[in-house]
Amino acid sequence: MSTAMAVDERVNKVSPLTRIMRRPEIGALMGALVVYIFFAVADQTGTFFSLDGTARWTDVASTYGIIAVAVALLMIGGEFDLSSGVMIGSSGLFAGLLITEYGLGVWPSILLTFVFAAGIGFTNGWLVVTTGLPSFIVTLAMFFSLRGINLGVTKLLTDTVRVAGVDENPDGTPRAGYESAKAVFASDFSPYSFRIAVVWWLALTVVATLVLTRTRFGNWIYAVGGDANAARNVGVPVRRTKIMLFMYVSMSSCLVGIISLMRLKSMQAGQGVTQEFIFIIAAVVGGCLLTGGYGSAIGGTIGAAIIGMAFIGIAYAQWNTDWTWLFLGLILFVAVLTNSLIRRRFQGARK
Amino acid sequence: MTEMAINEPAALALENVGKRFGSVIALSDVSMRVPKNQVTCVLGDNGAGKSTLIKILSGVHTPSEGELFVNGQATTFHSPREALDMGIATVFQDLATVPLMAVWRNFYLGNEPTRGVWPFKGLRTKYAKESCKAELAEMGIDIRDTEQPVGTLSGGERQAVSIARAVHFGANVLILDEPTSALGVKQSGVVLKHIRNAAESGVSVVFITHNPHHAYLVGDNFYLLNRGQMMAEYTKDNVSREELVKAMAGGAELDALAHELGAKG
Repeated sequence: MSTAMAVDERVNKVSPLTRIMRRPEIGALMGALVVYIFFAVADQTGTFFSLDGTARWTDVASTYGIIAVAVALLMIGGEFDLSSGVMIGSSGLFAGLLITEYGLGVWPSILLTFVFAAGIGFTNGWLVVTTGLPSFIVTLAMFFSLRGINLGVTKLLTDTVRVAGVDENPDGTPRAGYESAKAVFASDFSPYSFRIAVVWWLALTVVATLVLTRTRFGNWIYAVGGDANAARNVGVPVRRTKIMLFMYVSMSSCLVGIISLMRLKSMQAGQGVTQEFIFIIAAVVGGCLLTGGYGSAIGGTIGAAIIGMAFIGIAYAQWNTDWTWLFLGLILFVAVLTNSLIRRRFQGARK
Repeated sequence: MTEMAINEPAALALENVGKRFGSVIALSDVSMRVPKNQVTCVLGDNGAGKSTLIKILSGVHTPSEGELFVNGQATTFHSPREALDMGIATVFQDLATVPLMAVWRNFYLGNEPTRGVWPFKGLRTKYAKESCKAELAEMGIDIRDTEQPVGTLSGGERQAVSIARAVHFGANVLILDEPTSALGVKQSGVVLKHIRNAAESGVSVVFITHNPHHAYLVGDNFYLLNRGQMMAEYTKDNVSREELVKAMAGGAELDALAHELGAKG
């Protein structure tokens, strides 16, 4: 027992290296470097390393990363959201239908869509904390429900499986508000073709990191994921914290949905489906524990960067892009294995 | 026991409290008083109803019958938060700290020091780390690195941190659920010392245990719980340790226990 002694002989001095190695995202960071070098070497076109190539893979990474950061926070809070992918489509369709079918202004439609997404997130969270069912099941049900609704409602209203014509009125004139919304959500920084989504991604990473490490709410996120009972016993509002995390995930999917809608000027009913696992992979590769209570926002961002590099790098290496999925599978396994080894090596009693 | 109910208000009191879960009667007709600034021990073997009693005192369960008094006022808690707001803090056996979180984050969990205005309201991390270390040191707990996860502390240290936290955040009543049951002799001693310190600094302590030796070392009043009922009540003046052990063990088990204790010398 340490209390009776002035100096605790059982605690080693902690070296700066060990301190760095204790960060949850360290494995992902090293992995990202390896993947980057790997694709820079395998590159057949000479563009992966260039600014253009960087703009390409950060573009892919940004739309994954915006949601992966939210999914990482939710995972730290001890829950999953499998409806995060389909919500991209639902939000894009919701906004698109408001604009094209109901003639609502572009900006009011976007605002309403965020309210709609918050409502879906609230429903997910409320159902999880109220029923006590695993979030895996609750959000899986939400995933399939939304998938059905996306198709059904779109077909009902447009007789097709897509919503188009967001940029123009039916008479061919430019739609008011579209240009300004496009500037905010879907512009790029010519001449390098870096997309503004990258700015959203990095800014949200910074905000999420600050919230997680520097606010009460962040403390509560770790607590509800680490031990919800202990958190409740010391007065943390466990239900509210979890519901807010679900809302954050849905709203980040909504942001990506709006970004896609503004880029493509249209939205497919199936958009986003199957992406939910990419976000989870990004968060886990980034060092989040599946069981909750441990991880970082920046880990989700690094995970998304690895996935972005893989998607673009494989194309630049001129391999068949079918192999991307195999690559993601291997990355996921190796990253989790490495993370758990690092944790055991540097953290002793941590789970 | 009812005649002593509310003459001089106790920090916490139960009167004829019962709790049923469906057909199971977990507690029936339990009355007890937790006098201010004293250590009140609740002794009971496994299945005696200790856990249910704690959960009623701490606001997790509401009693099926009977009443709960805080400072003489009849009160009903709907959540642990309400109990906490009235200064009643509970340290649960295994559920008091989040193992993966740093000591300082655990210490301030639910009471985080912040500054600034929303949305720029930030944690005072530097202050929290330093004051956590200082506060713990003041209570005789020397944590070298408040950044280390609580999971890396020993069981005794974890209990000590939980107790220190409850006392620091102004608990009037501290309910301790078997704080020594998983600990070695020396660690138990340290935790018992913290219990005594807490009572002397003006906290009313409810110490729930199955160990009469530990209870006798620090307790002022003793309640004996068995099969969901309050079997006996003692104060330190009218009971010896032997009597307490005997009452706790009861009839047939006594010989075996005496033998065991005799062997220990």
